[in-house]
Formats: sequence, structure tokens, C-alpha cells
Amino acid sequence: MTDTLPAIELVGIVKSFTSHGEIVQAVKGVDMKIAEGEFFSMLGPSGCGKTTTMRMIAGFDEPTAGEVYLHGNNVTGVPPNKRDVNMVFQSYALFPHMSVFENIAFGLNRKGIAKDEVTRRVGEMLDIVDLGGREKRKPKELSGGQQQRVALARALVNKPRALLLDEPLAALDLKLRQAMQVELKRIQREVGITFVFVTHDQGEALTMSDRIAVMSNGVVEQLGTPREIYERPATKFVAGFIGTSNLLSGTVSEVIDGHAVIAYGPEERVLVAVQNGQVIAGSEVELTVRPEKMELSANAPHGTDCAVRGTVTEVVYLGTSTNYNVRTSSGADVVVFTQNATSADDLAVRGDSIWLSWEPRHSYAIGAPS
Amino acid sequence: MQRLRAKLAPYFLILPGGLWLAIFFIIPTVTMLSFSLMTGNEADGYQLTWHFQNYTDALSTYWPQFLRSLEYGAAATILGIALSYPIAYWIAFKGGKRKSTYLFLVLLPFFVSFVLRTISWQFFLSDNGLLLSPLKSMGLVSQDFHILQTTVAVVLGLTYNYLPFIVLPLYVALERVDPRVVEASSDLYAGRIATFTKVIFPLSLPGVFAGVIMNFVPAASDYVNAEILGGPNNTMIGSIIQDQALHVRDYPTATALSTVLMGGLLVGIFLYARALGTEDVLEAAAR
Ligand SMILES: Nc1ncnc2c1ncn2[C@@H]1O[C@H](COP(=O)(O)OP(=O)(O)OP(=O)(O)O)[C@@H](O)[C@H]1O
Ligand SMILES: [Mg+2]
Repeated sequence: MTDTLPAIELVGIVKSFTSHGEIVQAVKGVDMKIAEGEFFSMLGPSGCGKTTTMRMIAGFDEPTAGEVYLHGNNVTGVPPNKRDVNMVFQSYALFPHMSVFENIAFGLNRKGIAKDEVTRRVGEMLDIVDLGGREKRKPKELSGGQQQRVALARALVNKPRALLLDEPLAALDLKLRQAMQVELKRIQREVGITFVFVTHDQGEALTMSDRIAVMSNGVVEQLGTPREIYERPATKFVAGFIGTSNLLSGTVSEVIDGHAVIAYGPEERVLVAVQNGQVIAGSEVELTVRPEKMELSANAPHGTDCAVRGTVTEVVYLGTSTNYNVRTSSGADVVVFTQNATSADDLAVRGDSIWLSWEPRHSYAIGAPS
Repeated sequence: MQRLRAKLAPYFLILPGGLWLAIFFIIPTVTMLSFSLMTGNEADGYQLTWHFQNYTDALSTYWPQFLRSLEYGAAATILGIALSYPIAYWIAFKGGKRKSTYLFLVLLPFFVSFVLRTISWQFFLSDNGLLLSPLKSMGLVSQDFHILQTTVAVVLGLTYNYLPFIVLPLYVALERVDPRVVEASSDLYAGRIATFTKVIFPLSLPGVFAGVIMNFVPAASDYVNAEILGGPNNTMIGSIIQDQALHVRDYPTATALSTVLMGGLLVGIFLYARALGTEDVLEAAAR
């Protein structure tokens, strides 16, 4: 890519609304850079400011403070029709009085593109979204999934430099949703346009995105690749929001080789990587370990640097895997996922005293800069 | 038994309305139709003689008033749409939390009797009234300029009196336009004007359609405005019918004129609906 400028850049974006005389800060200082051609997701619980952020990129709302740049140009204050981004609305917002063809051709016609080129490009787009032969229908004569594809085509046909999608799959049932996820990825690869995708479904975000911004309460909690976000949650919120995460805490007894050591008892200790000088002996740390990274055994494991004792409080058999709920000797409730291999019998039953062990590289200190 | 009750329930529900319609609409209509084919006079009584000449006589005498009524009705409707579209648009899109207050203000004149409102317009438009006397004293119009007793006065009166009938359906249609669709339009490179002509206006057509009918029909058959604000050259068909029925007491002529007016308006509405494609319009309205 010759263009090194980010496709979209948000600098110190703040947005407040006044409702019933009270000032509500929906977005509280968001910075992000979205690269050209990237599939970028904003993920977060309801009301965290995803839609508001997206509307400021599209130009429907203006930030209370901060700036929006599209390909290096400051577009703050520029109306939506003059911004080279298009939006796919959660409700689709198709023009109900126009046919599928007219809906898709709308943007091209407004740009004053010649009639035969409009016809050609709309035709191409209909093929891409697999709606050939339905161009004369009205939106309400289409299924939800088809309407969704018209909405996508209507935006994509303009070849915008970025496409904004606000929970475009939220209204679809599971099967269609999964099919559309694959479809969206394929289309994005084909057209090579930057996609900014809003969702509150973590699975969707993890499988589809190049990078994810996890948002909560109007701020970006963490911005990174799906792997980074899943494996090394930067905050307690991210750890809790994405997948299942085990949270352990304790007092640092010493720091060796960039690792803080928390000793819970004889042979019970946990190592976690920390930045030099950031943590000293005696300070409190919190760390997370993903359930599938922990191993459960009846006897004290050998040669692992992270091991704690615990009691099994619940066993949930799930066919291909078994989940064990364990209370550690330090009083933390954790979950362990184990694959049910062919030969493995039940590792433990409720009430058993067991050991949990994992490799230090799977424990992450929370709040540490990545 | 249960089934029978379920089947009959809709008919019971329609009963009060049906009776109302039968007593106050169907019976008078049939009476009117039969009167229009009778001969006779008030003293000797009327006989149903299938005297179709009532129609040709009435039409050949009063066609200018018919034509005038349609013209005035059309003028008032066009003027009404032009005036009420911005009002309805403003209330629907910019009214914010006070929408219902503004709608109430639009309806406020209805709390005063129709005739009184028209008479107050007579004062307003009179030669030395609120409108003309300042203009005259400023020398903007000549001293003998007048509005009362002219076509302009009648059309203005009709427009004013029936304005809420257009504002309300227009407001309802505009209020229903999904703001997200409007945003989508501006997202897809449409400026304000294109968004209005390509999206908002087409989506408001059901309201325009309803407004035209609700305005044109009563305006074309109105007689109060022509009587109070117009002169001898502004008589509308409504006045003729009223005069024939209440003063001359020529019921056959009055009912024949009424039937022609009603039939004409019905045919007009039907053709109008066909031309506009009611199905599309009604479907859009149902969304
Ligand atoms: N026009 C507005 N007026 C007042 N408050 C608003 C307005 N729009 C959004 N908010 C508030 O801002 C916050 C963020 O809203 P936003 O729509 O961005 O959330 P979201 O992350 O998109 O949530 P969801 O997943 O439910 O769509 C919410 O608390 C919401 O109530
Ligand atoms: Mg949202």
C-alpha cells in the first residue's frame, strides 16, 4: 500500500448530548487510527458509544471536541454527502418507494454518473451480493437477508474509501448471520475497501476483524488484533467482556527476570511478566489466565512455574470438552476447560483436591501497558 | 357454539357503525336520489315520475356555478398545499418536543364556529380593515382598491378555512418518514434539495393525496365563503343548492344539483386515485 495515511483517524473525540437538561457524555475522548483496507471492528456493550462514534465518522453528528480525519483530510464540520464514506444502517434504511435497482443506483445518480455506467455498475454489484434478477422488487418484497445485501450494495457501489457498518447483522437469525459473516469477509477482500464494523457480538468481532477496538462507557479499553485482545486483555473489563477469563490476584514476593512472582504457599506460586520497574516486591497485582490454558491434575505438577491448589466445586460435561469450576487455595473462583481426549477418564469429581498449572506466558498482568 | 360466536363477532362489532351509516347516510342518499327524479311543488306534493330532465335543466342553468366551484376548490387546494407543506414539514422535522403544541395551534381556529371565522375574515379583508387600511395609509395600494367581493377573497377564505385539513394528513405522512432514510440519502451524496425531491417528497405523497381530497371536496361544495366574502359574481354551486332547497323550495332541482356535485366529486376522486396509483400511495401510507 503506497498510501501510508490512515483511512480514518479520530483525535480526541468527545461527544456530549443534552437530554432532559442533563449533559450525557456518550464518547469521552476516543483516539483511533484505522488503516487503509483494514477490517476494523468496534466492540462493546450496549450504550458504550459505538453508534455515536460511527455517526461522527459518517458526519451525521459533529463531535463536541476533537477531530475526524479521512485520508489525512480534516473533515470535521463537513456534511455527510461530501464525505467519501458510506454507511450501512442497522435498520438498513432502504428507500421504501424505490426498487432494488433504484436504491443501489441512488448514490451514483447523485454523483451525476452516466446512465449506462450506472446500469453496468449496479449490475456488477447485484452479482456480487447475489441479487441478480431481483432488481425490480421493492425492499419490502425481500427477506431480511436480501434487504441487508441491498443495503450493502447501495453503499459499496459508490466505491467509497471506507464503509461503515452499524451492527448490520443484528437483525438476522443465526444461520443467515453466519453466512453473511463469510459473505462480508469475501466482499471486503474482493473490493479491498476499509470496513468499520460495529458489533456487540464478540465472536463476530474475533472471527472477522483485522483489529478490534473494545469500547466501554465512551472510551476505548483496548485496541489490538483479535489474538492480542483475547489472549492479553489489557483491562479487567476486556478480560471479562471477551470470552471467559480467570482473574487471580496476590502480593508480589519478588521480581526476577522481568517476572513478578506471587507465592501463595509451599510449591504454590504464579509467575507473570511485568515491565521492569513497574512492579516491586510487596505490591498487589491482578492477572488473567484463559480457562483453556490451565491444566488440571491430581498431583503436584513438575517443572511448571505456575501452579496453585484448589478444590473442584462443579463439573460440567459438554461432550467434546469438560468445564471444571475450581476454588483456589487463595479463594479465587476459576474455570478450566479440558478437551475430552479418547483415553481420558474424568480427571476429577466434585470436592476433589486438585492442582492447576500453566505456563507463565499465559498469565497476563492487568493494567500493564502492552 | 364457540365457533359460531367467533364468526358472528365481527358482525356484532360492525352493527352500531352499520346502523349509523344506514340511518344517516344511505337513507338520506336514497331519498335525495328519488327526489331528484320527482316532479311537483311544495303545495301539491311531489311524485316520483323519473323526470330525468331535472338534471339537464339544472345543469344547463347552473353550469357556470359548477365550473366556478371546481375552479375555486382547485385554487384553494393548490394554495393550501403550498402553504401547509412548509408548516407540516417544519412541525414534523423541527418541532422537537413541542410538536403537539404546534399541531394544537393549527387546530385552534376550529374551536371557533366556521361562520364566525369567515365573518372575522370579512373584517380582516374589508376596505378599511386590518389588512388594507395600513396599506392604504402608506400609499402602497390605491384608495379604491378592495379585496372583498372578489374571487381572491373567496379563494383566500376557502384556503384559510380548510388549511388544517391539509396540514394534518401532510404532518402524519412526514412524521412517518424514517429519519434514518433521510440520513441514508445524505450519506449517498444527496444534498438538501435532492434529499427533499427524491426521498422526503415522494414518501409524503400519501399525505398530499389525502390532503387534496380532504381539502378539495369540502372547498368545492362550500357556500359560506362565497356568501360572506364574495360578491354576486362569485356564487358557488353550494349557495345555489342551499338557495333552491331552503328558499325556493325546489327540492328536485336542489337534489339533482347535489347528486351531480356528489357524483362528479366521486368520479373525480376515483380518477385522481387511478392517475396517482392509489395502490402505491396507500401501500406507502401503510408502511
Ligand atoms: N441523540 C442522543 N441524545 C441523548 N443521548 C444519546 C443520543 N444518542 C446517544 N445517546 C446516549 O449515548 C450513549 C451511547 O449511545 P450509542 O448509540 O453510541 O451506543 P451503542 O454503543 O451504539 O449501543 P448499542 O449497542 O445499544 O447500539 C447512550 O447512553 C445513549 O443513551
Ligand atoms: Mg448502536
